[in-house]
Amino acid sequence: MRTVNHLTLPRALHPGAWWLWALGLAVAASRTRNPVLLVLILVIAGFVVAARRGDAPWANSYVAFLKLGLMVIGIRVVLQALLSTRSQGNTLLFTLPQIPLPDWANGVKLGGEVTAEALVTALYDGGQLAVMLCCIGAANALASPRRLLKSLPGALYEMGVACVVALTFAPQLVIDARRIRAARRLRGRTRGSFRTTAMPVLEGALDRSVELAAAMDSRGYGRTAHVPRRQRRITGASVLLGLLGIALGVYSLLTDAMAFPVAAAALVVGLLLATGATAIGHQRVTRSRYRPDPWALPEWLVTCSGAVAGATMIIAAARGVEGLVLPGPLVVPPVPLLPVLGLLVGLAPAVVAPPLTRSRELVPA
Amino acid sequence: MIEFDRVTVTYDGATEPAVRDVSFTIPEGELALVIGRTGSGKSTLLRTINGLVPHFTGGTLAGRVLVNGRDTREYRPRDLADVVGIVGQDPMAGFVTDTVEDELAYSMESLGVAPDVMRRRVEETLDLLGLADVRDRPLTSLSGGQRQRTAIGAALTSHPAVLVLDEPTSALDPQAAEEVLAALQRLVYDLGVTVVMAEHRLERVIQYADRVIEVPGGSAPVSTGLPVDLMVTAPVAPPVVELGRLAGWSPLPLSVRDARRAAVSLRSRLAELAPLRQVAVEGRELARCTNLVVGYGNVTALRGVSLTINAGEVVALMGRNGAGKSTLLNALVGLVQPRSGSASAACMDPRSTKPKQLVKAVGLVPQEPADLLYAPTVADECAAADSDFRVAAGRCRALLDRLAPDIDDQMHPRDLSEGQRLCLALAVVLCGAPPLLLLDEPTRGLDYGAKRRLVGILRELAADGHAVVLSTHDVEMVAEVATRVLVLAEGELVSDGETATVIAGSPAFAPQVAKILAPLPFLTVGEVAAALGRAS
Repeated sequence: MRTVNHLTLPRALHPGAWWLWALGLAVAASRTRNPVLLVLILVIAGFVVAARRGDAPWANSYVAFLKLGLMVIGIRVVLQALLSTRSQGNTLLFTLPQIPLPDWANGVKLGGEVTAEALVTALYDGGQLAVMLCCIGAANALASPRRLLKSLPGALYEMGVACVVALTFAPQLVIDARRIRAARRLRGRTRGSFRTTAMPVLEGALDRSVELAAAMDSRGYGRTAHVPRRQRRITGASVLLGLLGIALGVYSLLTDAMAFPVAAAALVVGLLLATGATAIGHQRVTRSRYRPDPWALPEWLVTCSGAVAGATMIIAAARGVEGLVLPGPLVVPPVPLLPVLGLLVGLAPAVVAPPLTRSRELVPA
Repeated sequence: MIEFDRVTVTYDGATEPAVRDVSFTIPEGELALVIGRTGSGKSTLLRTINGLVPHFTGGTLAGRVLVNGRDTREYRPRDLADVVGIVGQDPMAGFVTDTVEDELAYSMESLGVAPDVMRRRVEETLDLLGLADVRDRPLTSLSGGQRQRTAIGAALTSHPAVLVLDEPTSALDPQAAEEVLAALQRLVYDLGVTVVMAEHRLERVIQYADRVIEVPGGSAPVSTGLPVDLMVTAPVAPPVVELGRLAGWSPLPLSVRDARRAAVSLRSRLAELAPLRQVAVEGRELARCTNLVVGYGNVTALRGVSLTINAGEVVALMGRNGAGKSTLLNALVGLVQPRSGSASAACMDPRSTKPKQLVKAVGLVPQEPADLLYAPTVADECAAADSDFRVAAGRCRALLDRLAPDIDDQMHPRDLSEGQRLCLALAVVLCGAPPLLLLDEPTRGLDYGAKRRLVGILRELAADGHAVVLSTHDVEMVAEVATRVLVLAEGELVSDGETATVIAGSPAFAPQVAKILAPLPFLTVGEVAAALGRAS
């Protein structure tokens, strides 16, 4: 057996495998509003993250996304309470003072009676979104988006770097803002204005990006083989169109926004365009890649486990298996056996993904 | 290897050229040192070598720069990447990837080096620069010296013939600077790389240089020559050279080793004399920490530090990068919340005091001086500082003129050089003349002249009954100005005492004069001159 196929030999798993696995779980979450299943997905993602994450700074992002998810649920429930209508259920919980709205806002109600049904529905809806967010968080924690972009095909490389730079700037801006707020105290000012906070932060960010661009330029970024400008433009445009097609197809498959054949066609055409253009675009790339992540048995197993979890839920939803959608908001949620088993397959990466090389420890001689 | 032929660079919108009529040649395998005042155009000169000026920065370049036979007019920086490796002032700002190994491979990937060659060169570079232990660590978790070595390694892996470095050791503690300089020396001696380096801390690098390029700034011509010849008259010179000039040694020694050999007679002349030192007039207590513990997340930055600082003292805070120096200063102005213990400044709890009241008692110049500056021009900034601290108009500008003369009123603070920006931030804080003044690394990027002026101002403040605490890696500055030295390690106070007793005996912290004249208790050239003056 080739060494890359070992399940226990420590190495970093291909980031693409982690993202596909997380995508599978997110698709699974998109098919149900049953809180039992949603919590199960959350636990599965959390367990795998705990078992296989590294000690890099981004490995904590699962918790960050979990917090974001809780916030989503909170906002959803509060908005529902404020804007709820009597149409949902009869179990009255409390009544908020109602604010009369002018005629043109007919149909919108601010305040008034709040029912348990409305709140529970909002809770479950918010929960679904929160769990999908947490799946993205899990992927983030297991493989930084930078590493994922590293394995992009050569033709998309330059776009990928732009994305990476943008990604690192957001957290840096937060750190800068905090530092500058602290520095304001040193001038004896208590209140900040746009000029004293945002300006230095933005100027700092601009300075840094110029600095980074200079460093990248002097390290050979953007050296390309010569290709006629027209061909370059056409490849660029078809890659973008292809990606758009893929995004549209996936979105409509997930949300039933378009008829199935149309969505599938968009997906297929998008895929064809993107792969074709990428292959052509590859000619002008003179880059080579340092230690590319291999795609071997563990990657297949991890991807499959995510795919199984997602596929089970899609099939179960299409077949109308009971328990994915609750008959009413206030019933005790059932535990459908088949989907639960399908989801549990998603736990596999905790075992089949190779462990990470921990930061160097002393090896006994 | 590098040939400048009547090069003049003028940035867009500037009335004066940044560098004027520069001609010199650097042969292969030399270490060339670029020196000059802060803001005199050293960085511009370095960036013309790989074509960043003018391809990236804009502006006009007249004349010709040839690097390894390539004319930078025809080659863009990216096309020179296989010939010139460049390391900027802040290594963190130039990192493109996440981890040490990826960063080392980045330029080779751009150049399309074959995978097996890349793998081999990364391993070689890891060993060459002593980075093998941290190869898979995220770049953000590295120490300052490791970051700088990673940046050098990243520039080296593509096997450039020329390596350009802009102040590679100015932000580093003495030990980390040693690491970086040792690595550079190996490159020059063993691998024959041509190195061009700008550096203010001449005492660290002058002995390794084969050639010195002096950029005086303004309209004065750029001169080049052997270090020994240029040092005889250069306005900026390290203590070892100043001592040599004072004692009239010829040839002028550039390293401590050479100076010690020449100093035999000087030592016997000084044996009977003792340095005259200003004794700090200890006044009232201005700051106190009791068992101060501060942590961020699961890192403990300070573990039970207790100290008092009295009026009239100049206290130097030393220790490795990350030893807790900045945290201690921040705790005294209430920027961080102690986990336990207490910090007080001028008998106030800095966390609960209103900023307006606090700045009257404590002033801090943070490590990133630009954070203090908001205004669009230097003039506005000075006016704002005058009104912030309620002092007579023009005071801030007067202080600035003392620290760094001829800064244009209409410049944007971000367009100043790093040293000039620091002077501006210093002037802003000094303008309030707070009884307790805290300075976080005030000498980064400052030239000898600005340092000398800063020393003068700090001495005056101490004589007026202010207390000054400065965290710094600059032992020469400490020897000049500090009356007391605190050394922090791993968040604990490991030594606290008079300057002479703490730094003279330490191999890392001893200033050059102390090393040359050991075991005599002299620390600075000024002390030696005064003692000789009294003797004659």
